[in-house]
Amino acid sequence: MIDVLLEFCDFCGTCVGVCPTDAITLEQVQLHIDSELCAGCGDCVDICPVGALERQA
Amino acid sequence: MTAAYDIIVAGAGPGGSWAAKAAAENGMSVLMLEKDREVGIPVRCAEGVSVQGLELAAGSVDARWIAATITGARFVAPNGTVIDAYPDDRGYILHRRIFDSDLAERAVQAGARLQTNAFVCGLLLEGGRVCGVRCRCGGRTLDLKARIVIGADGTESRVGRWAGLDTRLPPALMESCVQKTLTGIDVDPGRVEFHLGTMIAPGGYAWVFPKNAHTANVGLGITGEFAAARKPADYLDHFIETRFPGASVLAAVAGGVPVGPPLSRLTGDGIMLVGDAARQANPLTGGGIVNAMIAGRIAGETAARAVRKGRLTRHALSAYEKEWEKTEGRQCRFSYRIKQVVDAFSDEELNRTAELLAAVPPERRSAFQIFRAALVRHPKLILQAAKIFT
Ligand SMILES: Cc1cc2nc3c(=O)[nH]c(=O)nc-3n(C[C@H](O)[C@H](O)[C@H](O)COP(=O)(O)OP(=O)(O)OC[C@H]3O[C@@H](n4cnc5c(N)ncnc54)[C@H](O)[C@@H]3O)c2cc1C
Repeated sequence: MIDVLLEFCDFCGTCVGVCPTDAITLEQVQLHIDSELCAGCGDCVDICPVGALERQA
Repeated sequence: MTAAYDIIVAGAGPGGSWAAKAAAENGMSVLMLEKDREVGIPVRCAEGVSVQGLELAAGSVDARWIAATITGARFVAPNGTVIDAYPDDRGYILHRRIFDSDLAERAVQAGARLQTNAFVCGLLLEGGRVCGVRCRCGGRTLDLKARIVIGADGTESRVGRWAGLDTRLPPALMESCVQKTLTGIDVDPGRVEFHLGTMIAPGGYAWVFPKNAHTANVGLGITGEFAAARKPADYLDHFIETRFPGASVLAAVAGGVPVGPPLSRLTGDGIMLVGDAARQANPLTGGGIVNAMIAGRIAGETAARAVRKGRLTRHALSAYEKEWEKTEGRQCRFSYRIKQVVDAFSDEELNRTAELLAAVPPERRSAFQIFRAALVRHPKLILQAAKIFT
């Protein structure tokens, strides 16, 4: 439900801190959103400092 | 790495290193796990600390940590009105690369073991109590047992949540930050700047923290409700184009700072949280280095006592929460209230307050004098100040 634009991501983990369902894993320079856990709320999209997350159309 | 440890610390930032050091000094076997390749890199921080705070947290200050010594602060209101203040306490701008790495070295000197490239991906639980971590390291997944796990895994912390502690922050209580270390500019190396206003950084502020006369950390943070409409990166580009046109960029980073009210639960059976993982940064300033170290030390000492007594329950570990509350926790609660008041100021009100303060002679602009002048000349502040103190 959420797309990660890896070319913009700084791997800072701000999205991980706000995710209500603990769906995001940040490991060094990998960011993965578990689509089973993701509720699609978009809090991560809103908080991302650099616009690296997008709601899927 | 399969041996059992008394204490496992997840994350080797200032909070983790100071927890590991305190625990090791108190006779514990300690393993500290850091997901990144190198401690202290990347630097997601403006690197500012108060001298008093750092001395309190670190005991003594190593000259190699210090980039610049700060004696003044400049506040710039939305309409450009400038207030220069000379606080009683001085500040340092650190080299966090060196600082963080040094703190980790000291933890190891005290007897802790450090493993980088080691990602904590889960907790081991036994009947609801934490008894170790699952870790991905060098392509292998390892289960590592420990009597107590200390989560020092920063703003992106998940360790607390895996243990059932609710550390999630709604976006409105997280500052979404970006920063560029600019060089080829002219700055006063003895003065930090704070720029306020909804056009610059709604729900936060922009900072200029000098590392020397031609290099500075320039960044800003805005809360989640504003970051949804326009990204901090856009605000920062605009700020830099106006304030430092033509500057070169040495480094660019993003990051989140927790700015909510303090959490009431920082411990569970076999688990403790410190630093940004425990949302212990000062909600008004966003400063979290010193708080993470102080909390780390208290947590490490409390954990060692608990292990020695063989009592690993939340009840035994909660001595840490009480001591934290007595020291910095109370201050964070107070700062959160001030933040709520300041956030409610419109640009217009900030401008008027700044104009009133500009009339106070600089040598009398201690925090107290500023506050008093503002209260006398700007009655609405009295109402808002009352909210802080009640
Ligand atoms: C842009 C910005 C500017 C700031 N400016 C200042 C300032 O001027 N002054 C100030 O005092 N504070 C500032 N802060 C806040 C400060 O950086 C933090 O409060 C401080 O770093 C907290 O220390 P910590 O040890 O709790 O966490 P961190 O320093 O974030 O350390 C956490 C460590 O845990 C590691 N980790 C995370 N997850 C895992 C995992 N699953 N397994 C293993 N390791 C893991 C991370 O890689 C990291 O090394 C700023 C923050 C930002 C974002």
